[in-house]
Amino acid sequence: MRLDVLYFAWVRERIGVSRESLDTRAATVADLVAELVARDDRYALAFADLNSLRVALDQELGDFSAPLDGVRELAFFPPMTGG
Amino acid sequence: MRVRVQAAAFDAGAEANGFAAGLPGTVAGAIVTFTGIVRDPDGRLQAMEIEHYPGMTERAIAAMLDRAAARWHLADALVIHRHGRLAAGDPIMMVATAARHRAEAFAAAEFLMDYLKSRAPFWKKEIGSDGAAWVAARDSDEDALTRWQG
Repeated sequence: MRLDVLYFAWVRERIGVSRESLDTRAATVADLVAELVARDDRYALAFADLNSLRVALDQELGDFSAPLDGVRELAFFPPMTGG
Repeated sequence: MRVRVQAAAFDAGAEANGFAAGLPGTVAGAIVTFTGIVRDPDGRLQAMEIEHYPGMTERAIAAMLDRAAARWHLADALVIHRHGRLAAGDPIMMVATAARHRAEAFAAAEFLMDYLKSRAPFWKKEIGSDGAAWVAARDSDEDALTRWQG
């Protein structure tokens, strides 16, 4: 499965890219995070504390247990600070 | 109901007048406007950089406007939010609501403000004379949403 993955704010800074296209067989968001963390220290640093992260699946807020089946765009970012 | 997410500066007074002039008919008896400004109480801010998630930002705010319209009888509503590099004193964002009575206009504006704070994908970074830091979300912003639930 091919996924576009986007990173924002300090997550983007820690990983070093704002978006990438990934091939994965991960079933859930959490599975994909585990794959990335195993791949490189940059991801381990960015995903060290999942409680301080948010995830959006196809531009809708979701959670880390959500299935990736059918998802095309995934985004990771810190809690939002708009307004 | 309109959403504008833009890098360009805006004139809050002109926007408020335009919003009032564009209201349909004469049903609305109350307009509430709120403008958020980049603050710098300590005089150390060189710039505020606002990052956002193009696409999701517009969708998330449109969904908030739909929820507000379902909850209160709004004649119209407007949200403007800037991104990019801002300076102290610049308007960051603006909410305008129009309703038959003031209670609905105030409530809808507060609802939109509370949701924009922690459910619209914006991230603020303060660039200061002593370095740059991402603004942390506050628990109180999250707590503010609970009053609109249920």
